[in-house]
Amino acid sequence: MSKQKKKSGKNKLLQALPFMIPSFIGMIVFSFFPVVISIFLSLTDWNGLEKLTVNTIFEHFVGLENYIKILSGSEFWRVLGHTLYYIVLYIPLVFVASMGIALLLNKKKKGTMVFRVMYYIPVLTSWVAASLIWKWVLSPKYGIFNQILAILGISGPGWLTSEVWAMPGIVLASVWKDMGFFGLFLLSGLQAIDPTYYEAARVDGANKFVTFFKVTLPLVTPSIFFCLIMALINAFQLFPQVQIMTEGGPNGATQVMVERIYTYGFSYFKMGYASAYSWLLFVIIFVLTMIQMRLQNGWVHYES
Amino acid sequence: MSHKVKNILANVSYYAISVSIAIIVMIPFFWMISTSLKSKGALMALPVQWIPEEPTLNAYVQVFRKFPFLKAVGNSLFITISYTLITILSSSMAAFAFTKIKFPFGNGLFKVYLASMMIPTQVTLIPLFIIMDRLQLTDRYASVITPSLFKAFGIFLLVQNMRSIPNDFIEAAQIDGAGLWFIYRKIMLPLTLPAILTLSITTFMDSWNDYLWPLVMLTDRDKMTITLALNTLNGQYATEYNVLMAGSLISMIPIILVYIGANSRMKTGIMVGGVKG
Repeated sequence: MSKQKKKSGKNKLLQALPFMIPSFIGMIVFSFFPVVISIFLSLTDWNGLEKLTVNTIFEHFVGLENYIKILSGSEFWRVLGHTLYYIVLYIPLVFVASMGIALLLNKKKKGTMVFRVMYYIPVLTSWVAASLIWKWVLSPKYGIFNQILAILGISGPGWLTSEVWAMPGIVLASVWKDMGFFGLFLLSGLQAIDPTYYEAARVDGANKFVTFFKVTLPLVTPSIFFCLIMALINAFQLFPQVQIMTEGGPNGATQVMVERIYTYGFSYFKMGYASAYSWLLFVIIFVLTMIQMRLQNGWVHYES
Repeated sequence: MSHKVKNILANVSYYAISVSIAIIVMIPFFWMISTSLKSKGALMALPVQWIPEEPTLNAYVQVFRKFPFLKAVGNSLFITISYTLITILSSSMAAFAFTKIKFPFGNGLFKVYLASMMIPTQVTLIPLFIIMDRLQLTDRYASVITPSLFKAFGIFLLVQNMRSIPNDFIEAAQIDGAGLWFIYRKIMLPLTLPAILTLSITTFMDSWNDYLWPLVMLTDRDKMTITLALNTLNGQYATEYNVLMAGSLISMIPIILVYIGANSRMKTGIMVGGVKG
């Protein structure tokens, strides 16, 4: 019996093999090997110029020095501070904007399909194009943003040229680009709500506000929560908009983690140092993912 | 009567808000198009011209003159289409094996695949650059196409989908003497068509708009994708926004066409795939 089972297992393995080969090779080459190499690299001061062999890793081995250097230096914490500045501005703005979009599109009215496509065009635009557009939109003297502010009687700031206003400028571009994505995601959450809940609320005489806060919001929390974590993870991986709009400037005011990894790795060729940086990024993202999994069973309200 | 008035008011406010948001979303695009039709001199003219006083297509000519932009469009199309096809093929094959062949260690391997999703691309970027450099694949299309072999998210999505296909279908086909490849091609792929279409669109978008990966791998102007072409133009002609905006507009056209095309296809796809189990 067990012999037969073993044989059938072997058979199944042979049958599955051709279907699994492409992804398995891909996994080994593009995920497994790089992860292992990256761990070792982060423990060296390899400069990217010498040929990398097992020997070079031993020769350049410095233990945890890279991690200690990063964590004890002021730069890492400053960079983290920039990311927090971004998050504090970005999360509330993108939440309000995308929730608004979702609620609007959820109404069954003529023309919602057109609005839907329009709100989604920024999502389809590449970050490179979007960053170029916003760099020009936010041009202090010749950009359209400060022109509009001037019409409203506000004298606009220097945006990307100002240490204080550069990050809010990047936030504006990011909210504009992402709100359609999160909006449609929340919309699918709204559409999954069983209409009988609204029926019951109506019968009980609940007004629109009570219905929104007591029925809609609790039932859509799983989607909101998912969006929140996704937005946080994205915030820590902020890169193209920074690289193109400010290159981390002015005066380092918009330097963020991925920008640092890229600069250390490919401008200064401090590959070991950059690898250590990337593992610290991994830790942050890992913690966020764990929180997500934990809390998902907690305060989020799921329809049973 | 008052109910009717209330209804009209609700409608008016609904469209007022929707249109305002649409305008806010569209202003940067309006600014892009307006700028792309300006001459270099008109860019810095004060007061700012919302609509160019002397519109010209010169910036569009310049884009192609300053950079092999047409080649970049071709590169992007070739890379993106290959990338998407390989992702779909490799992911659907793996998902089929995971859900319907149930081979030993399959569940464990699937968990490893899932776990790999937690590794941010920035971690693998440097080692992969080294690997590609060693294999002498940098500055070749292969360096940006081959990572499509393993897309854990795609496999995850299709596994979720294929699980819902009843095993009876497969057993019935096997009794009729169908082989696994036949079942994969003639049963699994058609039945998961909506999910495959969704995956195709997101993969196409990601690949078309990708920045960091090609930035590291491709430095040869003749191999660059359209996002890299824009990036290079930005580096060399940072103040010529009319040219940059013209290039940005061109880069957006294919992806918008694909999205609109896919959106209309998707509805039929859902209908075709909606077989009652």
